[in-house]
Order: sequence, then structure tokens, then C-alpha cells
Amino acid sequence: MKQFLIFIKKEWLHIWRDRRTLFILIWMPIVQILLYGFALTNEVKNSKIAIFDQAKDDASRAVSNRIAASRYFSLVKNLHTYKDIDATFKQGKIRMAIVFPAGFRNDLLHANHAQIQLIADASDPNTANTLANYATAIINDYQQELNQHQDLPYTIQVQVRMLYNPELKGAYNFVPGVMALVLMLVCAMMTSISIVKEKEIGTMEVILVSPLKPFRIIIAKTIPYLLVSLLNIASILLLSVYALGVPIVGSLTLLLAESILFTITSLSVGILISNTAKTQQTAMFTSMMSLFLPTLLFSGFLFPVENMPAPLQVISNIVPARWYFIIVKAVMIKGLGFASIWKETTILLGMTVALLGVSIYQFKTRL
Amino acid sequence: MKTITVEQLVKNYQNGKVVTNALKGISFSVDQGEIFGVIGPDGAGKTSLFRILTTLLEADSGTATVDGFDVVKDFKKIRNCVGYMPGRFSLYPDLTVQENLEFFASIFNTSIEENYDLIKEIYQQIEPFKNRRAGQLSGGMKQKLALSCALIHKPTVLFLDEPTTGVDAVSRKEFWEMLHRLKIQGITILVSTAYMDEATLCDRVALIQNGQLLSVNTPKGIISEYPNSLWAIRANEMYALLHAIKADPDIESCYPFGQYHHVAFKNPESNQKKLEQIIQNGKYTDVEIKTITPNIEDCFMALMN
Repeated sequence: MKQFLIFIKKEWLHIWRDRRTLFILIWMPIVQILLYGFALTNEVKNSKIAIFDQAKDDASRAVSNRIAASRYFSLVKNLHTYKDIDATFKQGKIRMAIVFPAGFRNDLLHANHAQIQLIADASDPNTANTLANYATAIINDYQQELNQHQDLPYTIQVQVRMLYNPELKGAYNFVPGVMALVLMLVCAMMTSISIVKEKEIGTMEVILVSPLKPFRIIIAKTIPYLLVSLLNIASILLLSVYALGVPIVGSLTLLLAESILFTITSLSVGILISNTAKTQQTAMFTSMMSLFLPTLLFSGFLFPVENMPAPLQVISNIVPARWYFIIVKAVMIKGLGFASIWKETTILLGMTVALLGVSIYQFKTRL
Repeated sequence: MKTITVEQLVKNYQNGKVVTNALKGISFSVDQGEIFGVIGPDGAGKTSLFRILTTLLEADSGTATVDGFDVVKDFKKIRNCVGYMPGRFSLYPDLTVQENLEFFASIFNTSIEENYDLIKEIYQQIEPFKNRRAGQLSGGMKQKLALSCALIHKPTVLFLDEPTTGVDAVSRKEFWEMLHRLKIQGITILVSTAYMDEATLCDRVALIQNGQLLSVNTPKGIISEYPNSLWAIRANEMYALLHAIKADPDIESCYPFGQYHHVAFKNPESNQKKLEQIIQNGKYTDVEIKTITPNIEDCFMALMN
């Protein structure tokens, strides 16, 4: 145990003495959080919606059909009670729900005034906004067609409700994104580089010719980076709560536990990379190409996964960050409990076990 | 008992379609408490041999044992009892002298205090700099620190891969004195070097070239195996002289060595007269000719041909 602790201490000294890298490691998440504060707009198509039609008359059906037929939306579910709306959102099956009140047609024809409610998942505010705008445009279209033969215009009032993020803050989306990105980068890239560095300067040769078990070498090398990433998680969360005003709605413990799980996933990826990379540059480029870009592109952080072509959607499934992103959004922004993220957690856990197993199995006990 | 045995060891490296034969079936053995030198030029296969014996590489064929353990089957046991100092400087440059030593002591489950007497004489010389980062040490001090790190767990066998490469003459001398003191402690030392003059400091040496052993013997034995008598010659026009001698059909070999050219004849009968004749033909001045006893380098040159 003592030898193990000294190994960790040694790793820590490496990190501590390389001030420039340490500086980057600690400031990177902070800078990213501030940078990504600028909103990004995305095109939306085939977004999943549900309709809760209490009227079930000609007019409500006409509007529903127009919306369902548009390329922006795809109707996945017809709801029957108000409670269903909430439940369906929590399952993450839809991005928007459309509610027609009872007697929609009557109101429209006789009072010349009817209401439609749009409820959007605003934890991704850009998408929510765009969806609401598209739906409103389609409803306005319908309204104009009706009015062509009318002196007294019919008006349909669209009521928009932004779920989870009523103020439409961009931070609600990018805080989870930056968390995924930073953890992936710090853990995977830094561990792989630090292991390959030992190969490069030749100390790995000496360590291997010692009674130290390879398994322990790996664990000892990763623990300091686990600590650094915990520090990063803390700084991101503090910044998002106090500087950006994004509250942690759900359980902090659950959020931290899931983050540690994802950190371990990233560490295993780092070890895996270091097994094949021979130089620090290779390790860095491999990490960049195989982690940074996929995390950025496929996690749903910048671009909604639903909008991607099918093959890319399949690829996005193997990117661990995608699942972590969903988990953080669910816990931190929507305040959901473990019950609603057990599936994502299981997938992430499975990936972690597999990656860790392969990386330790592959770790060479010889040169 | 033999501490190290090597039987028909073969190692090839494949890089694309190019196959490099690093070791072409070499065999030797090292006795307990011996300083055994592996002498050869760069690329002769020294490092491959060391890596196989320290269980870092697997040979393609052949067997080897260290301290009675097979290098493939019992590699974990070997890793418990050997000390290894690779050719490149392989300590942590960002850790201090003391931190490096502490680290290597701890991964072998020991402490500096426990085996201090073993490294005392070496470590004392660098102890004044113990809070200096290892990367900032001079070449000789780095080697002393590396040796201290390789010794700190009291290994039974010590593998030193080119420990004196890049080290100044004084430090080299000190380094070899240390090795002799370690030998007295009963540690078997396998040391490789590209410096021929260090061969005489070993108990026995193996001359290696292109993955093959040319000879294994005591330094004296190797010198006594030298087939011809050897001449040293000096004159004013050394470069022209070298070519003139080489051009003569009776000459086995001629090569520059310090201030002289060393000359060996194909048959022992032809001798000084032949050299004098060459000198007269070339009108050289300031000529000096003498017979000499060959050194290890001469033997190596002879064996290489």
C-alpha cells in the first residue's frame, strides 16, 4: 500500500511541477464555460412531439395534421391526460407537446378566438425556441387560410410554455456539454500523455522491471487526474450556479456520482490510447481526433442528435459523452431522479467496464 | 551456479517488410559475483540482449535464465531481484534527486534508510544536490543517481546498459571503481559498453557484433588469442601512409590508432623490413616503428575481419 501511495504522490508531483499544464487544466473549463456562453443556433428537423387533443374536432385535427406533416416535426404520441405530458417529457421521448383545449373548433367559429398551448423542453433553449416558432408559424398559416373567406377574423392564440428553463438560458445546455468535454479531455488526454511520457523518457522500462503490478501502475497513474477532474467539476458547477445562474435542480450527490463514473470512463479511454501510442504527440492527436471532436459533435451538445443522418446517429451511440450529457441534463437541469436515467447510467457503466477491462488486459507488461 | 545463462538467443525486429536480426543465436553464461562486460559497437544487439534478460522483451527463440529463473516463465520473480539501468537517462527529470531515489526504493518495497550502506559511497557524492531536480544534474551525476536507484533494493544481479556513455573520463573511472566495490558485496554485474578500454576492467568480456558473439573470454585471454604480431608506425604524412600501407598485398589490416597506425601482416614472417620498404618508397620523415602488444580494440578489429 505504501508503494502505491508513493506512486500516487509521484504522479501528483509531476502534475504539480508542470505549472503550465496545471494552469491549463484548471482554467480550461472556466474559459470554456464563459466562451460557450454565446448562444449557438441550430436548424431543427424531425423533432419528436406529442399532441394532447382534448377537442378532437375538425379544426384541431386540421392543425395537428399540418404540424405532423411538416418536416420539422414528427408526431410520436397522442396523449390522453395532462399527467401524460409531464411523464412523456421526463422519459425524454419528446421535445414539445401541443395541447388543444376542449371545444377548440367551437371557440374558433363562434367566439372567433381559440387557444393552443405549446409546451417545449427548454433545457436546450435554442431548439425549444425554434420549435415553438415553427409550430406558431404553421398555426398562423392555418389561421390565414381560414380568414381568406371571413370578414371578422378568427384568431388562434398560441400560448408557449418553456419547460425546465423558462428564461431560455443557453447555459442550461452548454454547462452539461462543457462538463462532458472537460472531463473527457482532462482524463483521457492527460492520462494517455502521462503514461506515454514514461515510455518516452524510458522510466517505464525501469518501473516494469520492478515488483510493481501493471494494474497498480495504471491505477496510481490515474488517481491524480481523477482528483483534478473533481476539481474541474466543482469549478464548473460553482461557476454555473453563481455566475450563470443555472441552478442544480436535482440531487448533487447523484450528479457527482454520475460524473465520477464518466471520469472513470474517460480515464479508461486514456489508458487504452496510451497502450498503442508511442509518442506524446501521437497520444495527443489520438485523443483529439477520437475524443474531442466526437464529444463536441455527437454528444448533442452543439447539434441535436435527432437532426443527424441515421448513420451518424448510430455512431453517436458509442460516444460515452452522449450518455453523460443526457444524464447531466436530466439531473442538473430537469431535476430528475435515478429512475429516469438508469438506462443511460447502465450504458455508461457497461462502456466503462468494457473499456477498463480491455485497457488493463492490453497494458503491456513488456516493452 | 551460473547466475545468468543464455542459450541460442535469437531476436528479430520486423518493421514493415524489413527484418532486422538483432541477435543471431548467442550463448554465454555469467558466474556469480562476476563483472561481465558485453562489448560492441552501436547496433550490435547489446540493448536487445539486456531487455530480454530483464524480461522486457521476449526472444524469438532460445532460452535464458537469471538467478535460476526463466526470463519468460518466471519473469515476475526476476523483476523482484534484479536491478536495471537502461541506456538512456531514465529517471524523472522533474523530481528531485531524493524524490527519485525514494520513489524507486518504494516500488521495490524498501526504503533509502534500509539499504543506505549499499549506495552510501555513490550517493554521498550527489547528496549535496539532493534537492535539485534530476533533470538539472550533470551527466556523471545523473549516472550516479541512476545507479543508486538501480541498487537501492539490493539486487542480486545488476544490469547496466551503457552506463558510461556520455560521461566524462573522470566520472567513468569513478563509476568503474564503484562497480568493483559492488562486486565485493557479491552482486553479479552485467555491463555493456561501446568503449573498448573499459573491457579490461571486467572479469570477463563478450565481444559482440551484428548480433553475434565474436569471443567470450577474460580480457587477457582475448588478447592472447590475437593471431598475429602487431606493429605501430608513425611518420609525418599519416594519411598518405595509411593508404600506402593498405595498398600492399601482404598487409592484413592497417588502421589509425591514436598517434600511430596499427599494422598487422597476413603472414608472420614478413615484418619490419616490409614497413621500412614502404616508408623508403614514400619518402616519409620522422618515422617511428615498433612492435606492440595488442589491446582489446586490436583484437576486436581482428575478430571483425
